[in-house]
Amino acid sequence: MIGEGINRTDGPLKVTGGATYTADRQDAGAPLYGVIRGAGIGKGRITFIDTRAAEVAPGVQVVWTYRNAPAQAPARDYADLNDAHPQLVGDRVDHYGAPVAFVVANSFEEARAAAGLVEIGYDVASGAYELDQGVQPGAWHNVSAFGDVDKAMAEGPVTVEADYSTPYHFAQPMEPNACLASWHDGHLTVYLAAQMISQLIEGLAATLKLDQKHITVDSAFVGGGFGSKIALHAEAVLASLATMALHRPVKVLLTRRQIFTIVGHRAASHSRIRLAATPDGRLTAIGHDATVQTFRGGDWTEGVATVSRALYAAPNRLTRHARSELDLGTAEPVRGPGELPGLMVFESAIDELAEKLDMDPVELRLRNDTAVDPERKIPLSGRRLADCLREGAKRFGWDNRPAVPGSRRDGRWLIGYGVASSIRGHFQSAAEVSVRLLPEGRVVVTSDMTDLGTGTYTIVAQVAAAALGVPVSQVTVELASTDHPSSMGSGGSWGAANTSVATDRACQSLRDQIAAVAGTGYNDLFAELRRHFPRGLEATGKTLESRDDPNYRRYSQFTYGASFAEVGVDADTGEVRLRRMLGVFSAGRILNAKTARSQLIGGMTWGVSAALHEGSYPDPRHGNWPKGDLAEYLLPVHADIPDIEAIMLDDFDEHANHLGVKGIGELGAGGTGGSVANAVYNATGVRVRDFPITIANLLPGLAARG
Amino acid sequence: MTIAQDSPARSETSAAACSVTFSVNGRTSSLVLDPRVTLLDVLREHLHLTGTKKGCDQGQCGACTVMVNGRRINSCLTLALMHEGDEITTIEGLGSPEALHPLQKAFLDHDGFQCGYCTPGQIISAVAVLEEIGAGVPSHVTADLNGAPPATDEEIRERMSGNLCRCSAYPNIIAAIRDMVEDHV
Amino acid sequence: MRAFTYERAGSPAAAAAAVATQPGAKFIAGGTNLLDLMKLEIEVPTHLVDVNRLGLDLIETTPDGGLKIGALVRNTDLAADMRVRSDYPLLARAVLSGASGQLRNKATTGGNLLQRTRCPYFYNTDMPCNKRKPGSGCAAMGGLSHNLAIVGASDACIATHPSDMAVALRALDATVETVAADGSERHTPLADFYRSPGETPHIETVLRAAEMITSVTLPQPLGGVQIYRKVRERASFAFATVSVAMVAGSVDGDIRVDRLAFGGLAHKPWRVEAAEGAARSAEAIADIVLAGAKPTADNAYKLPLVRRTLAAVIAQAKSESAR
Ligand SMILES: Cc1cc2nc3c(=O)[nH]c(=O)nc-3n(C[C@H](O)[C@H](O)[C@H](O)COP(=O)(O)OP(=O)(O)OC[C@H]3O[C@@H](n4cnc5c(N)ncnc54)[C@H](O)[C@@H]3O)c2cc1C
Ligand code: SF4
Ligand code: FES
Ligand code: FES
Repeated sequence: MIGEGINRTDGPLKVTGGATYTADRQDAGAPLYGVIRGAGIGKGRITFIDTRAAEVAPGVQVVWTYRNAPAQAPARDYADLNDAHPQLVGDRVDHYGAPVAFVVANSFEEARAAAGLVEIGYDVASGAYELDQGVQPGAWHNVSAFGDVDKAMAEGPVTVEADYSTPYHFAQPMEPNACLASWHDGHLTVYLAAQMISQLIEGLAATLKLDQKHITVDSAFVGGGFGSKIALHAEAVLASLATMALHRPVKVLLTRRQIFTIVGHRAASHSRIRLAATPDGRLTAIGHDATVQTFRGGDWTEGVATVSRALYAAPNRLTRHARSELDLGTAEPVRGPGELPGLMVFESAIDELAEKLDMDPVELRLRNDTAVDPERKIPLSGRRLADCLREGAKRFGWDNRPAVPGSRRDGRWLIGYGVASSIRGHFQSAAEVSVRLLPEGRVVVTSDMTDLGTGTYTIVAQVAAAALGVPVSQVTVELASTDHPSSMGSGGSWGAANTSVATDRACQSLRDQIAAVAGTGYNDLFAELRRHFPRGLEATGKTLESRDDPNYRRYSQFTYGASFAEVGVDADTGEVRLRRMLGVFSAGRILNAKTARSQLIGGMTWGVSAALHEGSYPDPRHGNWPKGDLAEYLLPVHADIPDIEAIMLDDFDEHANHLGVKGIGELGAGGTGGSVANAVYNATGVRVRDFPITIANLLPGLAARG
Repeated sequence: MTIAQDSPARSETSAAACSVTFSVNGRTSSLVLDPRVTLLDVLREHLHLTGTKKGCDQGQCGACTVMVNGRRINSCLTLALMHEGDEITTIEGLGSPEALHPLQKAFLDHDGFQCGYCTPGQIISAVAVLEEIGAGVPSHVTADLNGAPPATDEEIRERMSGNLCRCSAYPNIIAAIRDMVEDHV
Repeated sequence: MRAFTYERAGSPAAAAAAVATQPGAKFIAGGTNLLDLMKLEIEVPTHLVDVNRLGLDLIETTPDGGLKIGALVRNTDLAADMRVRSDYPLLARAVLSGASGQLRNKATTGGNLLQRTRCPYFYNTDMPCNKRKPGSGCAAMGGLSHNLAIVGASDACIATHPSDMAVALRALDATVETVAADGSERHTPLADFYRSPGETPHIETVLRAAEMITSVTLPQPLGGVQIYRKVRERASFAFATVSVAMVAGSVDGDIRVDRLAFGGLAHKPWRVEAAEGAARSAEAIADIVLAGAKPTADNAYKLPLVRRTLAAVIAQAKSESAR
């Protein structure tokens, strides 16, 4: 049952339009509509506000600016999810699009129009918007150093030193960030598009200065998150404040354009990668200096340079980050934080090294495989990178790779193959799940864990069904309400492992309790339940945070993969199109082969997108995002994505947890971008080091080759 | 430097409400509406048919796709008032969990979605795509403009390209539609 | 979106009259561009005249063997019309390369010609933009301009016209028919339809206030090899980086470029008649087409891109005509 690729249990609702995401909820009754107005400048002060026209506009209930917004707790640490995130406080504008006014009206149309009527004047200050502008020289963060990379680079004999850049990425799930808040009888119910509701409720309670017990957050269906629904954003705070002031439900949806400014982004990065190797391809040094953007007052460092720390052996290692404090919105985790951009550039550099060594890129990676974490010096649990590479090479037909870059053609297309490794830390966090056995023969599992499309509803039902020996159809899974036991939600690819392990433990506890009175030989769980516990029985199961779990001290825990891509590059125009792609992954035991494969394919598509399509930079003068909607910020469409194969090795990591399960949500995205970039090089002989590989970035090199 | 934001001094007058009658999934609705209400918002906020999603409100994502008189359109870029007498089909009109449309079943079996947010739009679009191919409507990738377009994966991918899926269920969506092609075209 | 009133017109002239009498009135056809811009308050009409049900959705053969395309013919229907597919494949191809299936089902012939630029600063009401707010400046210059114009632009505006359909229509020598409030009609060659940005980039066409497009007429079919090549950053549903519309004939086993227009280069479909007709190399043709080009640092890559794409299209035409 565990592992079987059953259809999603919430699938019938999702394919019929019956799944009610935040903005679809009718539970609270007819709402008022709130619309946020964002700052029109990148940095400066508000010097003038005229809300009169908006206030008298039809249907308007309130118009708030920093001058009259309800009191909220002050922010101390923006990075702390559990801390206050007050809105409309003060006249300072710290990034383009930051909320400066909020209008609530009877209809969406009225609110939107009135938001446009608010007049705001600014004193514009010059801001720092370009990556090199905000760096403190010599201040390194998240540093890991072993041996002497400089010396190894000087000794060589084979070295690569290259500069790479990756742009800002926006998570942009298809469901916009949204909140429907309802204040009723002193209780605040917040329907919210969210990933980790136990953190959000703390932040919200702190902001509103309300006791958590007077708040319920409910995120029963979430239309994708990818990091963008972890932090507490303006829509949740403003909708809550408004319903508390107006005593009517208030619905706030960010516009797609606002999702580029009010929600955070993945920081852009600049990397200098240094590699030294022996002529037979053994790495002697790995150096990776990454510069990444941070928000003033924020603390998130995109761990671009961390990706090599457990990837390959090498005696000399130096990986570190410089932070550039800029006047842009918050840098937040976006799917594959650190590793998506980091592996894309690092695995490109490894490809450059293979080229210099005249060695097969798969072979080079295999040669530097390691069973021991090269930095923590403890065993790497479930290290199967080599299996992924070998299996992938075989299935993909790697043997048939064009030996010489730029040598294969199919009509107008130049054809190339590329490979890259993937690695992703496996984390565990504290989570609790409750399982109840009801005498009428149902199993009810509850947790505040969310299902972002990750399949939580389904896999939890499978785990509980397996543990209790009942069919999946007998299990009801209720998720994503803060009335349920708390978890760390979805983020960091830990949700599936945490929740399934805790569910299994709760089920074991139920079985133990029944066995204690009925003996171990019973064959009808519910008959015994009715006999001994006529009112039903409940148990909870828990997981510990990684740092409290001895497994994580004794073993270095990661998941692994290898991806193989074939691209065609139009020889004249430089348009790149993916032709086929294969990924092989080792990520512990798979809970549902169907949903896991989907997640991996989704992740791989993110890699393709990062390599070829998406990315944005702010205007260097105004700090706004010219690629600020989905017509400018390009995501792959159907026509860009051919069939993608995702193979999961039969695996069980006993050092991860007793179910042998690890996470897969981000692994697929890992090195995939690198495999695509390397395929572009193999197709053309042109190495593009600034991502994404657009026509503008590729054409000069292509033209130079004739 | 002080600049004023680009919003000239002005005041707002009340929008004169207009009436419109159309049918949604076979049921006639007569509504009095602010002219600004889009077809998408009337479905979602007035008729509470929330299966049709708002992904961008700008024609850029396809989440709001519905059929009007048998043709798929983005309901976010059309006014409700422009649909007097029209017949509108939304995801709710296609099937129910108890009685799935064959394509809904194929999406379920092939896991043609993850978060499910783009899914109603994808399914409505796919139904229309198969009809368009059947009716001989050409596409960008149709090799022979004078012949009948084939129901190949390439054709389907091109025609489905107005429906973004950030979860990237694309290969599974194509597999689901391919099933329908094999069974029905 | 600001409040507006709405009416359905009874006839084209009545529609024009309705727009003429109401200050701030606009026609609405498919709505796929206008409503997007209204939501962002880039367009702020106070009255909308719906021209959808005026019987302007027919494609008729003209007495001299051309085709008269009603202004309300949907992009899908235009590209699916058998006459267009066989006699004007360039047009069918161009239309099919634009937008998405859903949008083409709604987008109209008239609306497509009048869609406004996708310049990202035009789309952002916080930014200076001479086209949106005359005299406010141009944020695109000195900003991110990777997809803006390299030819025909002015010091006031470097926006491009986003239409694919218009590029094919320009190559095919289409004429735009309009009706005014007083019922008078005009025929304007598409060649004269779009105005250079100059100092007034907000005035984009020669249409007069309240003048309504009723149809677009194509002269007799040209024959020859017809190719529309759209270069873009993703395989579908993206505006052109550069597009090439070409009609080529074969002379003595070689190719002669009879018609040539480009998208993605200028404020209008870019056609330089002097580059057509004679037997010239791709390079020589590109030299003529790109004469006076003034790219920005961001979009200078379009210069080699135009040359290479043109060469590829000519090569394709050669191989097609050999078949
Ligand atoms: C996401 C997206 C992607 C797109 N991609 C492409 C693309 O790749 N290529 C491409 O070519 N296009 C593309 N488009 C643009 C699309 O083709 C246009 O929006 C459409 O053609 C406009 O036609 P419409 O009938 O909807 O115009 P409307 O929005 O109704 O009108 C546009 C303008 O024309 C005026 N108007 C309309 N009809 C008349 C008339 N008969 N007489 C006088 N004035 C009139 C209106 O007042 C308005 O000012 C895209 C659009 C979107 C939203
Ligand atoms: S290029 Fe034209 S449309 Fe773009 S900002 Fe400048 S003036 Fe406006
Ligand atoms: S909501 Fe209509 S296309 Fe995105
Ligand atoms: S299923 Fe999530 S966006 Fe398509």
